Amino acid sequence: MPMSFAAEQLLSILPEITILISAALVLMADLFSDQGASPGSVSPNRPAQAARPVRGLSHGLTLLGLVIALGLTGFVGGGTPQILFDGHLIQDAMTDLLRAAILIIGILAFVYVRPWLEERGLLIGEFYALGLLALLGMLVMVSANSFLALYLGLELQALALYALVAFERDSARGAEAAMKYFVLGALGSGLLLYGISMLYGATGSITFGPVAAALSAQETNEVLVFGLAFVVIGIGFKFGAVPFHMWVPDVYEGAPTPALLILGSAPKIAALAFAVRILVEALPSLHPDWQGMLLILSVLSMGLGNLVAIAQSNIKRMLGYSTISHVGFILLGLLAGSRQGYAAAMFYAIVYAVMAAGAFGILLILSRQGLDAERLEDLKGLNDRDAWYAAMMGLMMFSMAGVPPTVGFMAKLLVLEAVIRIDLVWLAVVAVFFSIIGAFYYLRVVKFIYFDPPAPDAPPLAGSAGVRAAITLNALAVLALGIYPAALLSLCQAAF
Amino acid sequence: MNLPLLTLCIWLPIIGGLVVLANGERERNLGRWVALAFALVTFAISLGLWIGFDPTTAEMQFVERASWIPNLKAEYFLGVDGISMPLIVLTSFVTIFVVIAGWEIIDYKQTQYLAAFLIMEGLMIGVFSALDAVLFYVFWEAMLIPMFIIIGVWGGPNRVYATIKFFLYTFLGSVFMLIALIYLYRESGSFSILDFHHLELGMTAQVLIFIAFFLAFAVKVPMVPLHTWLPDAHVEAPTGGSVILAAIMLKIGGYGFLRFSLPITPDGSAELAWIVIALSLIAIIYIGLVALVQDDMKKLIAYSSIAHMGFATLGFFLVFALALQPSFAQALQPSISGSVLGIEGGMVQMISHGFISGALFLCVGVLYDRIHSRQIADYGGVVNTMPWFGAAMVFFAMANAGLPGTSGFVGEFMVILATFKASFWWALLAATTLILAAAFTLWMVKRVIFGPVKNDQVAALQDLDLRERINLGVLAAVVLLFGIWPAPLVEVMHPTVERLVAQASVCKLPESERFNCVLPKANRVVSQVP
Repeated sequence: MPMSFAAEQLLSILPEITILISAALVLMADLFSDQGASPGSVSPNRPAQAARPVRGLSHGLTLLGLVIALGLTGFVGGGTPQILFDGHLIQDAMTDLLRAAILIIGILAFVYVRPWLEERGLLIGEFYALGLLALLGMLVMVSANSFLALYLGLELQALALYALVAFERDSARGAEAAMKYFVLGALGSGLLLYGISMLYGATGSITFGPVAAALSAQETNEVLVFGLAFVVIGIGFKFGAVPFHMWVPDVYEGAPTPALLILGSAPKIAALAFAVRILVEALPSLHPDWQGMLLILSVLSMGLGNLVAIAQSNIKRMLGYSTISHVGFILLGLLAGSRQGYAAAMFYAIVYAVMAAGAFGILLILSRQGLDAERLEDLKGLNDRDAWYAAMMGLMMFSMAGVPPTVGFMAKLLVLEAVIRIDLVWLAVVAVFFSIIGAFYYLRVVKFIYFDPPAPDAPPLAGSAGVRAAITLNALAVLALGIYPAALLSLCQAAF
Repeated sequence: MNLPLLTLCIWLPIIGGLVVLANGERERNLGRWVALAFALVTFAISLGLWIGFDPTTAEMQFVERASWIPNLKAEYFLGVDGISMPLIVLTSFVTIFVVIAGWEIIDYKQTQYLAAFLIMEGLMIGVFSALDAVLFYVFWEAMLIPMFIIIGVWGGPNRVYATIKFFLYTFLGSVFMLIALIYLYRESGSFSILDFHHLELGMTAQVLIFIAFFLAFAVKVPMVPLHTWLPDAHVEAPTGGSVILAAIMLKIGGYGFLRFSLPITPDGSAELAWIVIALSLIAIIYIGLVALVQDDMKKLIAYSSIAHMGFATLGFFLVFALALQPSFAQALQPSISGSVLGIEGGMVQMISHGFISGALFLCVGVLYDRIHSRQIADYGGVVNTMPWFGAAMVFFAMANAGLPGTSGFVGEFMVILATFKASFWWALLAATTLILAAAFTLWMVKRVIFGPVKNDQVAALQDLDLRERINLGVLAAVVLLFGIWPAPLVEVMHPTVERLVAQASVCKLPESERFNCVLPKANRVVSQVP
């Protein structure tokens, strides 16, 4: 097939282009700023006040780029689905929605991290550039229409995230976490690529449309199922579903909280897009096969995630296990194999990213000079220290536990509805059973916030007016979406 | 006049709670007056419900219906009938006393305390008025959040354990109800509870749904053996929390049985009614005996609540025992009247228990505020130093024991009468409550109120101040009023209960399973929704 290229196709990827330009600009701007404050030579205790005006530049550039990209997403979005660049990219309702969700969460995340970075003299361009590149990778993933584009986006995101986990270079734990993340992530990518190669061999195409067409024409055979198994393993790794979850708790515990904020929120949306594009758009005729695989992953994730989270005293690690259990719920929606199920899974993934961003944002505020807030005790008496942040964190926790009127409940309701609709009532019972267990450890967080007096040496809360506004927005979104979920739900349903 | 009264009743206190919160801790006096004002206005509006209520029909009234989540066909669908309306008025009425009771006693973050109660009031009224299952579930679960915080922040020494236990127990029960509701949605195509009422369901489905509902409501009521959270929660909760728990939250379980279990799964309920009746009788007798040996006043009242709620559930489920009697088909009328009597008795019992147990918890609160002990052994001869208080406490104890002339008697009497129609032996067992309740309450009163002054602390007690006198005085008046003249209460709910009995005693199985139906086969009464 001859390459066809039309300049107007570039219009559709303007948001991606904007992010790339911002990343490049941030890198360049960083070159001209204070050389003495490069990360290696800054001791963690020396505030980088002198360099602040220039440092603020990369922060400003990043946010500006994200906001422009968000605006452009709205500008180029809508209309009929278009397939671009020889079938490698697609722009449809799902692309628009997930792009916007990723960008919004990206904006929130970058607003949250600034005080933390400033305090440690780490307000450096690299952090922003890497974060932007990770977001770029996610954006490519949500608009991919071929295995190749999907894999490129995935690797761009993953490489940027590996580096982000290690960006606090004096931290041995960060380096260890990054190493684990890298090794297991590379393994996952390798398995995924292997599976893709088999699917390519069986169908003769790497773009999703022709793959689906080729599959519907032929009987299921061993090569296909074999390839599918590897692809599902790849999805499991990227989602962090049991039994491919081993990297999750260690990375969550070891990564510096700002990196975790970026790693723990928006990538779930990208992972969902990744799963939907492959399973739903490329391999719909293999649904009976992947349904069973996802079912096992889902039940194991909900079970292990919720049970092990109870035993954690490190809140970051606990949230890691909590992620695993939420992934189980997302997979539950996917395996239903119906429009409602996909929409429910998408709703859940977006909502989870919003909740996670808020929760990690508050952990950033609680971090003290040189130390991240990571023990549950660090949350003690938050209600006495700052009632507003306490209420916001409480909302996040109740939402993660799935208690109405927060959106966490609506997400669970939609997933359960989809599962019951395909007559898997027992699976719904299993899911709610594990979510009761899950409620316990979220309640424990609320207990520390509200029922315990603050530690006498509790440091003042970090965080600026901007952070407070962003957290407020974030938490009230959790409440507002729970009370009126119809708008977001309609968008999710329109994507399928 | 077409004011959306129910919406006002739900959202006004919630907005009030937010206003009080926004006001902050500094203007404390302003905060509590604002809270009281919102509570009073909400009560006034709920009285509007009572006045405007048409007691001649069983249809839903004050219906409000608006689109909410069109993708799920869930609606903002509110309405009341003769069962829910009195409970709404009870809720808004009791909240006033809770606000007044927290006036001076709560020192730590008082505005948050009052705000939590106001928000909870709105949510509880929402539970009673929601006719859409999703809306109902949202209110039902959301209620847990303020209660969890109230017990955990302002509770006693063992509060963390108690509140987490409370939350998890209730959560456990309700998530299974959620699955049942989603299943019913799948079958009926809408989340409207009234649509659920005339949906044909197979026997297996009915039994499973009944069990799911039973778990949710039996935890809330609470019924033996799911009751163990209650003594803990009651004992650790601050006075206001105990009052709301006993007066309203337990009623929500009973309300759930009437709104969901009876009309949605009549055949499943008929099959398993004997379990509920047996558990109710166990609650009445065994828990009555347990209450006898408590030495903590709050725990004693908590156990007495379980026993009294056993009466309500007994009254509700008699309908099936009566419907299964061979005489039912020939002499439809008398049995139906027995069923109606049982349900109405249960309802009256619930409402009267709301006043009485609330008042008793307030009485214990009065003592606790002064001496900071709930142990019966720490008191004695209180009447010598607090004559007004002694009079009030003795009065409420008598009402709790079911003394004729108080509202406590009416409900118990009605339920026992109805039970006689079903079985003599059940009635005999149920009637033991008259002895047991008298024994445990009066013995407590004897040890706390009468006798010589026990110690210096009791000798130094101050009698009720004006605030406490208003609180207890008004409640005493209401208990007496409904005891002497319960007719208005019964009349309001009569058509609704008749409709409910008609719905609950008709087979609901699909055509293919009709042949082994134990309930009479007749046409279902269908609710009209405007």
